[in-house]
Amino acid sequence: MNRLELSTLAEKQASADALYKEFERRIAASPVGTCPVDLMLGYVTMSSAQTCGKCVPCRVGLPQLKKMLEEVLDGHGTMQTLSAMEKLAADIENTADCALGFSAASVVKRGLKNYRDDFEAHVKDHECLGRTEGAIPCVALCPARVDIPGYLALVNAHRYEDAVKLIRKDNPMPTTCAYICEHPCEAHCRRNLLDDSVNIRGIKKVAVDNAGPIQPPMNAESTGKTVAVIGGGPAGLTAAYYLTLMGHKVTVYEQRNKLGGMLRYGIPEYRYPKALLDKEIEYMLSTGIEVKMNVSIGTDITYEELQKQYDAVYITIGAHTDRKLGIPGEEGEGVISAVEMLRKIGDNDMPDFTGKKIVVVGGGNVAMDVTRTSLRLGASSVTCVYRRRQIDMTAQEEEVAGALDEGAVVLPLHAPASIARDENGKVTGLVCKPQIIGGYDRGGRPAPRDAQQPEKLVPADIIIVAIGQAIDSKPFEAHIPFHRGNVVAGRDCTIADHPGVFAGGDCVTGPATVIRAIAAGKVAAANIDQYLGFNHEISCDVEIPAPAACDRPACGRVEIPLIEAWERKGNFKCLETCMTEEEADQESGRCLRCDYYGYGNFRRGRQEKW
Amino acid sequence: MVKLTIDGKQITAAENTTILQAAADNGINIPSLCYFKGLNDIGACRVCVVEIEGMEKLASSCNTKVEEGMVIHTNSAKAREARRTNVQLILAEHDCNCLTCPRSGNCALQTLARDLNISSTPFKAAVPENDWNWEAPIIKYQSKCIKCMRCVQVCDNIQSLGIWNVKGSGGRTLVGLEHGTDIMNTACALCGQCVTHCPTGALSFRDDTQKALELIDDPETITVVQVAPSVRTAWMEYYGIDREFATIKRMATALRKIGFDYVFDTNFSADLTIMEEASEFVERFTHKDEYSWPMFTSCCPGWVRFLKGQYPELTANLSTAKSPQGMFGAIAKTYFAERIGVDPHKIKVVSIMPCTAKKKEAALPTLNDACGDPDVDLVLTTRELVHMMRIHNIDAHQLEESELDSPLGEYTGAGVIFGATGGVMDAALRTAYALVTGENPDPDAFVNVRGMKGWKESTFNVPGAGEVHIAVASGLGNARKLIEAIKAGKVNYDFVEIMACPGGCAGGGGQPIKEGCELAEERGNEMWRLDKNMVLRHSHENPEIKTLYNTYLGAPLSEKAHHLLHTDQFGWTMPRGE
Repeated sequence: MNRLELSTLAEKQASADALYKEFERRIAASPVGTCPVDLMLGYVTMSSAQTCGKCVPCRVGLPQLKKMLEEVLDGHGTMQTLSAMEKLAADIENTADCALGFSAASVVKRGLKNYRDDFEAHVKDHECLGRTEGAIPCVALCPARVDIPGYLALVNAHRYEDAVKLIRKDNPMPTTCAYICEHPCEAHCRRNLLDDSVNIRGIKKVAVDNAGPIQPPMNAESTGKTVAVIGGGPAGLTAAYYLTLMGHKVTVYEQRNKLGGMLRYGIPEYRYPKALLDKEIEYMLSTGIEVKMNVSIGTDITYEELQKQYDAVYITIGAHTDRKLGIPGEEGEGVISAVEMLRKIGDNDMPDFTGKKIVVVGGGNVAMDVTRTSLRLGASSVTCVYRRRQIDMTAQEEEVAGALDEGAVVLPLHAPASIARDENGKVTGLVCKPQIIGGYDRGGRPAPRDAQQPEKLVPADIIIVAIGQAIDSKPFEAHIPFHRGNVVAGRDCTIADHPGVFAGGDCVTGPATVIRAIAAGKVAAANIDQYLGFNHEISCDVEIPAPAACDRPACGRVEIPLIEAWERKGNFKCLETCMTEEEADQESGRCLRCDYYGYGNFRRGRQEKW
Repeated sequence: MVKLTIDGKQITAAENTTILQAAADNGINIPSLCYFKGLNDIGACRVCVVEIEGMEKLASSCNTKVEEGMVIHTNSAKAREARRTNVQLILAEHDCNCLTCPRSGNCALQTLARDLNISSTPFKAAVPENDWNWEAPIIKYQSKCIKCMRCVQVCDNIQSLGIWNVKGSGGRTLVGLEHGTDIMNTACALCGQCVTHCPTGALSFRDDTQKALELIDDPETITVVQVAPSVRTAWMEYYGIDREFATIKRMATALRKIGFDYVFDTNFSADLTIMEEASEFVERFTHKDEYSWPMFTSCCPGWVRFLKGQYPELTANLSTAKSPQGMFGAIAKTYFAERIGVDPHKIKVVSIMPCTAKKKEAALPTLNDACGDPDVDLVLTTRELVHMMRIHNIDAHQLEESELDSPLGEYTGAGVIFGATGGVMDAALRTAYALVTGENPDPDAFVNVRGMKGWKESTFNVPGAGEVHIAVASGLGNARKLIEAIKAGKVNYDFVEIMACPGGCAGGGGQPIKEGCELAEERGNEMWRLDKNMVLRHSHENPEIKTLYNTYLGAPLSEKAHHLLHTDQFGWTMPRGE
């Protein structure tokens, strides 16, 4: 026998890895609302299977934890069972020899704390709190609860106008979302179990790109009630649209000279062409919404006057002011905020970056927006300075990839320390402190710390700061409550002790996504209607095709085609094109129709009206 | 239309038809279990699976639509074996002690298992434990529940109450109460629609036949039985006898064989109810400002529970008239006791009702006006009547006719129709019209209130009183819609009849169960037929009712009538179930 031979372990592991891949798929498609206690049992069961069997706490302790979890789930657990689990989990965590044991126990220990209500409901009331709330995962995770399987089926049937009408039942801005929605709907798509989530946004884009002109539904009989909406962004316009359909007289007060809020003053043209935004807004306004442009509350009209004049007020002022770095040299020419730059562009005031070296500070979507915009404005180089790793950037992956494709450079693990200026005060660069990635912060992300390395100068003509936005609360501070800069409003968009005053969108949540703003508009519309003493229902009479009988073999996901990177230079042409009909047929046909199969055809399925 | 082939037979079916329906329309039976036409097509049991050529997976035929050119095999080896496995899986979590199950012989699962020749299941039994308030009129055996979800559907979609919910996690999923663990602490109307739609014995009712036997067997006790109108249209279904043959007089013979001392008819007290309720309506209608509108009928205990649970603010709108069951008990233990010269405490009143809620109504603290004892001692459902007949070895086919006893056995056509939706309204209008005008209307003048439509409305002109706007609803979902419309000011009515069960008592929760069938319409039509054939069709013409008023009560709404025949609708409250 020879002394050594090539290991076959890797091949053996390959089949195990295939199984782990199935676990991953199942986790990716995890149903919304599953009982965390039951899931934890699954986790502990897998952990027990993975124990090597050498050490006592892991070999014996994990199966004991499993038994206790089963006892709880079977309705035989007591509060003593829970404390016994806590103790055992802590002891395993403290004594297990390797991570296979102590990490499993640690998950149980944290779970007992984080899902306390679930555990106690099982023990005390023999009730399970987790349950199929999200029968249709995409709909459950869409903040506006758009009927996604419904419009996918309609696109599959080439009924594009019907698809758009169905979307507008819950979201009056389908084009906006077709172009820039962050599509939380796709996150838990059940299709993940087979291959990959359905390209929902891509199908929505097929619907809006192909739909012919559509008339808005008839407004309900006039109620004689008036509503003021402060702010013409997506939250305000959505509420205005539905309230108008409900028969109320709505007036939108907009501070700037165009409507759209961050859609116009934040989203670059290449992602969402302004002409399309204008059409979308035109459609909503055609219901009869009144608009007062260039009116600032507190300057042109007082808040009290508004309250007196209208039966209800909806505040959606967004988050339009910038945050400062707070480093030496920040004041003065050459350092601009992303918000300011994008706002000017929104009003067609284009800066000339020809031949300029640009440094962008930040790692979010706005940072990517200004990065890619700068490249289009002729910048000779754009460097994104970020204090964590590239992987930690909060921008969507495709945005980062897009920026890199177009020639941007990411400088990760560098924290801005000061702005370097020449004797004339002209910016020469950003002085950065190298960072080292380390332990996790409270938010569950690995935090950077000073690497104690020499500072680095990143040469720059212009520095764009994109580290978040804030709310301009000044005109409202005397009237409504704020906490840490955000308006304090409930999940129903009401403000405690302020009857008739509602608030939603970025000014309540802080900078968030367009679909969350739209959802806030929808929620506010329903609750304002109720506050005014009505119960108008918004519905759509489009009939949704039943799925055809078929097997569901694995099939790759079709992505939205992009224009080539070399074609993007120096222009603001829309990045994305549209799927072909063949692609759209295939992609929309990948939908597993959770509205029709599974729990969706039983309870908490299709919501035909709201 | 779509052309397809099922089991070699070329058929055509309308688009959007399910495979199951298309097959059934062409005489091809596909076994199914959870499916219930018009109520439940969620494909939960996977018994109705069929093989479609070109597809690897089997499709559930209850919710797969026909397509052009489909070639379907309903009983291929693949479909048959998969179906068998699924039934065996269901049996693994089902208490298979069929002998002691009330649904033995009338159980969809039992029939299916026999049809598939399943004599064992290879799977380890995992039968859930039973945990219930066994005193409640509705009983749930968790050990027999197959999670078909029909009860959830009927309670959600037909009755709008949502008492049942899917609970537990993963493999521990059960169907249980949405709120709490005791059905009597929920907003349940006790209508029993979940029971009549249950394919197995999982949902049942509290069986009181043994208690009835004890009363009958007690030599010190005089047992008086009353039979509700709709019972006579349904009991024979068990025996497969014609409705026309199975007269109330044959049932009277059976009840005597069982041993009841007096056989009476709730139709009598239905006539009495009309006297009081119609008079009450006329009184309210002529003093409009003193009452809140509309006036609601109060004879259906499921409806009364619903109103008091869901809209307690409308309790004053309920007629104060007791239900016919309640009035019967009060009269039996006063007027009748005096007539036969017996201590009313010795009289025990047993009701045969199409209803599970009547069991709870009889136990209300407010129904003891006659002698202090409950006015009604025991309520049996139509199904328990059949049990009693079987216990007494009665061959229903051989029954002779015999007269009901007097005086509480006399009735008019107006009393019979109480068991069909619209019947109470029809009967009340006949008498109210006569009360106001002094003349009998044509008994068929109010046909607009009849029929199975869930929400009917009409306007009748009563000379001297003006236009009366009425509505009739059956099914609590329809009741909810109607009340919401009233509250929103969208409709205006003077008098509204509501029955908790679709079709009225004819479709009651205590009626015989026939898998997959809704029989309320057929039974209701029988009541309308009986009414048509009666000589007397107005409650106020019932000679025994006249005698009762002349010799005992005085007049409708008299003090005595108030004491015995009316009730304080505020005298008890409903749990809200939250």
